[in-house]
Amino acid sequence: MIASASAVSACPSGLSPPSASRIAQDPVAFVTHKNGLKALDLVVKGASCGGCLSKIEAGVNKLSGITVARLNLSTGRLRVEWSGDLKPRAIVEAVANLGYGVTAFDPGKTDVEGAKAERRLLTALTVAGVGAAAVMFMSEPLWFGSDLPDEARNVLRWLSAAVALPVTFVSGRPFFSSAISSVRRRRLNMDVPVSLAVLLALALSLYETVVGGRHAFFDAAVMLLFFLLIGRVLDARLRRRAYAAANELASLQTATATLLDANGRAEAIRASDIRPGDLLLVAAGERLAVDAEVISGESEADLRLVTGEVEPAAIHAGKTLYAGAINLSAPIRVRALAAANDSLMADIARLLEAGEQKKSSYRRLADKAAELYVPQVHATAALGFVGWLAFGASPAQAAYIAVTVLIITCPCALALAAPLVQVVAAGRLFREGIYLSSGDALERLAAVDHVVLDKTGTLTLGEPLLRTESESERGVIDQAAMLARASHHPFSRALAKAAGPGPIAANVHETPGKGVSGIIDGRRARLGSAAFAGVPPGGGTELWFTLEGAEPAVFHFDDAIRPDASETVASLKSMGMDVELLSGDGEQRVSRAADAAGVARWKSGVTPLDKALHISTLEAAGKRVLMVGDGLNDAGALAGAHASIAPGGAVDVSRLASDCVFSGDSLRAITHIVATARTARARMRENFAFAALYNVVVIPVALAGWVTPLIAAIAMSASSAVVTLNALRLAAPGKRDKGVVR
Amino acid sequence: MNAFIFMLPAAIFLALAGLAAFGWAMKAGQFDDPKGAAFRILDDTDRPD
Repeated sequence: MIASASAVSACPSGLSPPSASRIAQDPVAFVTHKNGLKALDLVVKGASCGGCLSKIEAGVNKLSGITVARLNLSTGRLRVEWSGDLKPRAIVEAVANLGYGVTAFDPGKTDVEGAKAERRLLTALTVAGVGAAAVMFMSEPLWFGSDLPDEARNVLRWLSAAVALPVTFVSGRPFFSSAISSVRRRRLNMDVPVSLAVLLALALSLYETVVGGRHAFFDAAVMLLFFLLIGRVLDARLRRRAYAAANELASLQTATATLLDANGRAEAIRASDIRPGDLLLVAAGERLAVDAEVISGESEADLRLVTGEVEPAAIHAGKTLYAGAINLSAPIRVRALAAANDSLMADIARLLEAGEQKKSSYRRLADKAAELYVPQVHATAALGFVGWLAFGASPAQAAYIAVTVLIITCPCALALAAPLVQVVAAGRLFREGIYLSSGDALERLAAVDHVVLDKTGTLTLGEPLLRTESESERGVIDQAAMLARASHHPFSRALAKAAGPGPIAANVHETPGKGVSGIIDGRRARLGSAAFAGVPPGGGTELWFTLEGAEPAVFHFDDAIRPDASETVASLKSMGMDVELLSGDGEQRVSRAADAAGVARWKSGVTPLDKALHISTLEAAGKRVLMVGDGLNDAGALAGAHASIAPGGAVDVSRLASDCVFSGDSLRAITHIVATARTARARMRENFAFAALYNVVVIPVALAGWVTPLIAAIAMSASSAVVTLNALRLAAPGKRDKGVVR
Repeated sequence: MNAFIFMLPAAIFLALAGLAAFGWAMKAGQFDDPKGAAFRILDDTDRPD
């Protein structure tokens, strides 16, 4: 999980000194009111043992008016309820002072629907499990007790029916409702044969029980549901975990904004509560949560997440800023143009919608298999019925054979073939910090043959890096850093990072869009653009530093490329893929990044619309494109591509538009994801092949009328076990996989 | 045959009892924080002292 990965490694319950805890925002905007009580949900980072638990709870309980303070150690969530006028900030400070990282948590962003669905499936699975055990227990004497009196057989059958019918009613619901809706849409999915097999097995068994026939298949029906529900529960849990991981960042980014009312009074509100027309104050370093128009103030905006441009843009009254822009140097006043959820460039919103439609029309491997399987098996069953009638069997006998064909070819193995592989593969990726948005994402990722990379934030780390520093420059860097540390400008921060921690100059003053000035050892110093420093103008991506009585010094910056970028590009090529670079940034920087990474084809200054257009052109030419990108300008392309991957630092929109999100700085994740997807596809195909082979063997047996409940039970569980074991081969990379993967 | 009359209802009752117990545990939040519960049992700050 993201939370535990970034959690403090040492336990701060007293053994190690507390790390510098930062209180990001005033949590007052996230307090909920209920029955006169106030409540706040917090995420606590670094709590790992019983010591932490009691320390945090006791620490919060000490505050006045607290009625509930309960920390969930498994999820790291702290629920606090209180009455009276205790300030929520005091609670956050109390926890932070104990040495734990703490952030407000917006419970509105958790996946309530997914949790409910999983709980329903889990209940269905439990009912089916208990039911299957009970029916099995009563079937065993029927299978092996040849000396059982008929009276006893009858009792056992009726009891089996009494268990199997209600169990099917409860546990079969997910399948029945899905089958009905699929028939309505005139597209057969796997739930249609499942439902049919279960219901026919029950009907046949009831008939046999009533007339005192030889065989009843109550156990087969319940066991079938049990097996299939295992797959469903795993699938639902995986999906929810992936969703939770992808959204955890969003829940933690409990963005607040400063609202200015008519009297100019400032108030902290949730970013989601911003209405169009609101007047907001944006501090230096704050990220804009909504699209807005600048009313007053001069500053610079970091647009890396919006357009991919590394160079900051000037902010002045009347300029429109998009959500995701970071205000760098001075506070500005803006008027919101849209609510947080609607804050998207109109083009991108349209592209996202188109991409979603395209993806929902994707036909999964399992659906294709179902479309092949369903008519064939049903036709065989019908033929069996007609054939036996023609050969003089009674209608009851012929029906018995037709139904056994449906039961024994139970789509168990077929229905488990794809989801199990997806669960195992996604689980393995999950442990490596890679989150899939859906099961069929793997199938699409396996098919790609063309990769389009974004530059800023994808191929590069998205932050400028001070170009090679020689020893003689060291002293100058240290001096310049004394000014740079006071500024939010990306170049200043890169300079400060290169110099490491240290002092700040006296009388520091930042002139938005120009530079920083201050006093170092009694001498006046200036750091900024050429004009600001008072030297002849040069290129754009440099910073000048002047100190009274010393030569002016210049610093150059590169967009720091990810350390394994060229290695990743090379291995993508060796996997048979074309690699291309599309960036919204300037030509010079794009060509330098392309050279460093070994990408031959690149394009600079690309607009979001052009990116998406380029992808659809490639797709129209028969390519399966994998888009990798992080910015708002990539969102349309991510949604439109056959498959897409976003790094963890991507903006919300892009993360949600992607099939896959990876955390960490290593680009090697991309090759790893594609390789895993390809292996998973191979396993799925093996499973489908096995299921087909199984049917080829058992259909003649069933048509001959040799199937008994015992044979059905063994065949069904054996085929499910084979498919499961084959899927599990993915969990631990074997010798062959290792070579491909890393 | 007579054994059925006692054994089967008993078996079914046990199975249903187990199911009901599981349902209660899910609903009562027994699985919400397995990690914290392991520590809470050792926590004796509720001593009246």
